[in-house]
Amino acid sequence: MTALPGSSFVRTQPAPVLPPPALSVGPVGWLRANLFSGPFSSVFTLLAIVAIGWVLPGLIRYLFIDAIWSAPDGEACRAPTAGACWAFVTHKFSYFMYSSYPREAVWRVDLTLLMGAILVTWLLLPRAGAKRVGALLFFVAYPVIAFVLLSGMESLGLPKISTDLWGGVFVSLLVSTVGIVFSLPGGVLLALGRRSRLPMVRMASVIFIEFVRGVPLITVLFMANFMLPLFVPENWTPDRLLRPLVGVSLFASAYMAEVVRGGLQAMPKGQFEGAMALGLGYGRMMRLVVLPQALTKVIPGIVNTFIGLFKDTTLVAIVGIYDFLRTVETARLDPTWAGPTISTTGYIFAAFFYFVFCFGMSRYSQAMERDLSRDRSR
Amino acid sequence: MTLSAASSPAEETAVELTGVNKWYGKFHVLRDVNLNVRRGEKIVICGPSGSGKSTMIRCINRLEEHQAGKIIVNGVELSNDLKRIDEIRRDVGMVFQSFNLFPHLTILENCTLAPIWVKKMPRKDAEELAMHFLKRVRIPEQAAKYPGQLSGGQQQRVAIARALCMSPKIMLFDEPTSALDPEMVKEVLDTMVSLAAEGMTMLCVTHEMGFARQVADRVIFMDAGEIVEADAPEAFFANPKHERTRAFLGQILH
Repeated sequence: MTALPGSSFVRTQPAPVLPPPALSVGPVGWLRANLFSGPFSSVFTLLAIVAIGWVLPGLIRYLFIDAIWSAPDGEACRAPTAGACWAFVTHKFSYFMYSSYPREAVWRVDLTLLMGAILVTWLLLPRAGAKRVGALLFFVAYPVIAFVLLSGMESLGLPKISTDLWGGVFVSLLVSTVGIVFSLPGGVLLALGRRSRLPMVRMASVIFIEFVRGVPLITVLFMANFMLPLFVPENWTPDRLLRPLVGVSLFASAYMAEVVRGGLQAMPKGQFEGAMALGLGYGRMMRLVVLPQALTKVIPGIVNTFIGLFKDTTLVAIVGIYDFLRTVETARLDPTWAGPTISTTGYIFAAFFYFVFCFGMSRYSQAMERDLSRDRSR
Repeated sequence: MTLSAASSPAEETAVELTGVNKWYGKFHVLRDVNLNVRRGEKIVICGPSGSGKSTMIRCINRLEEHQAGKIIVNGVELSNDLKRIDEIRRDVGMVFQSFNLFPHLTILENCTLAPIWVKKMPRKDAEELAMHFLKRVRIPEQAAKYPGQLSGGQQQRVAIARALCMSPKIMLFDEPTSALDPEMVKEVLDTMVSLAAEGMTMLCVTHEMGFARQVADRVIFMDAGEIVEADAPEAFFANPKHERTRAFLGQILH
C-alpha cells in the first residue's frame, strides 16, 4: 500500500531515534533501580551511607593507617595514637601456628598441612579427576602419614613429639577435620538407625542423639576427657588429644544425624518403592538412590553443622588443648607485648582466621548446590 | 516323572493369590482375593478408587504386606524372608503412576543401576542392554539426559525400559497413564501393547478400556477389596454379570 499523495497524517521519514530516558539506564538508572526505588529504599540507602561514613574511616585508620606493622617489641604499640599492632601478630605467628611444637620439627607440620591442602583441593575441585584415588589417599593414607609425621617414629628418624606440645592453628584444623570427616558418616548411620524398623537399633540411635544433643559440648568434652579412660582397658590411657577428638566427633554426629534425617524425611516414598521394585536391597537402595538425593537436599544444613563444628573446636581449650584461639589468649598476656591494642589485634586476627574458613565453606557449598541442581531440572 | 508332573502346573502359573486379606488398621483393603495368572497372560484390573486394585498388585512384589492368605510368585511363596523378597523383585518389574525414576541419575544410569548392582552385570554389557531397551521404547537419543528434562510420556517409557533391563518374567503396571497428559497416553500404551505382543506376563491396573479390549486375556473388576468379576474382555464389556460392574462401566464408558 502506498501513502495517499498529500496526506499530512502519513509520515514520510522515519522518526528520529531518541536517546533512552536518562533515568532508566546508565549509572543514574542503576542508582534509581537499586538504591532509590522508593521512599523506604531511599531512607535506608541514606542511613546506610551515614553508617558507613561513620564507621569506615575510623576502622581504616585503626587497621591500616595507624597500625604498627613492624616492631621488635610492644614499645611502639603502646603509643597513645597507635592502631592495630600487626607486629605482634607477625612476631607471634609461629606460636599461633604451632604453639609449643619443637621449632626444629615444624617442617613436619608444614608438610602435613601442605599435603592436606593438596588432597582437600583435589577432592573439592569438581574439575579434578580420579576422585576415587584422591578419596583413598585422603581417608586412608593421609591419616596414617599425618600421624607418623606429627607424632614421630623413631625408626624413620623422626623423634617422637608428645601431643602435650601440639597446639595452634594445626590443632584447630586437625580437630575440625577429624570432626567433619567422622560426623557425616556417623550422622548418616545414626539417622538411618533412627528410622530403622528394628526397635533396638532405633532406640539406641534415639537415646544417643537426644542425649548428646541435650548436653552442651563442654559437658561432652569433660566427659570424654574424664570418662573415656574409664571405659578402656586400664593399661591403655587414651591420648590427651584423642579424647576431645572423640568427643567432638560424637557431638557433631548427633547434630548431623538430625540434619540427614530431615533429608531422608523429604524423600518421596516413590523413590524407595522404585528402588525396592528393582530388587535393590536396603543397603544399595540407601547408598545408590536415597542418600545421594537426601544429602543433596540438605547441603545447607550439613555445611551449617560443619561451620558450627569448626567454631566449636575453640571449646577444646577447656580440657587443656592449645587450639588456635587459646594460643592467641596466651600470647596477648606476654608482658613484652603488653599494651592497650594487643588484645584487640589478637582477636581481630582470630576472627579473620575463622571467618576466612567459614566463609570459604559457605561459598563452596553454594557453588556445589548450583552444580548439583544444574543438570537435574529443566 | 512325578517331579516334573508336579512342577509343570507351577511352571504354567506365574502368580497365584489364595485367600489374600489385608487391613490398613481397621480398614479391610483386600477381602479373600483369589487370582491365578498363567504365564504369558495379560490381566487388566479396573475398579473405583479405593477398591484395592493397586494394593493387590503391590502385594505381588511385597511393596505391601498381606496379612492372611498365600501369594506365590514364579513358584516362590512370599514370606518375611528378605532373600526371597529380593529374589521375587528381581523377576517382577513394576511401573508406577508417578514413574519413580531416580532424578539424580541420567536415563542410561537409571536403566543400568539394577543390572549392575543386583545382577552384577559388567557396566559395558549393562549399557548395551539399556540402549537396546531404550531403542525399543524409542528414546535412545535421551540416554544422557536427566529425568527432569523429559516429558511425562518419555519418563514413563524410560520407567518401562528400566524395568525391562532386569529381564523380568512378570510386569506390574500401576495406573501407568493416569499421571500423563492426554496426548502422551498413546505412546505409553503403544509400548505396553508391543510388550504384550511379545508374550510378557502382565498385570495392569488401568482405566484405559481400549487397551483392555485390545490386549487383555481377562479383565478383572474390583470393588471394596474383592474381585467382583473376571472375564474375557468381550464378555466383560458386552454383558457384565454384576450390578456393580455395570454401574462402574456405565460411569467410565459413557
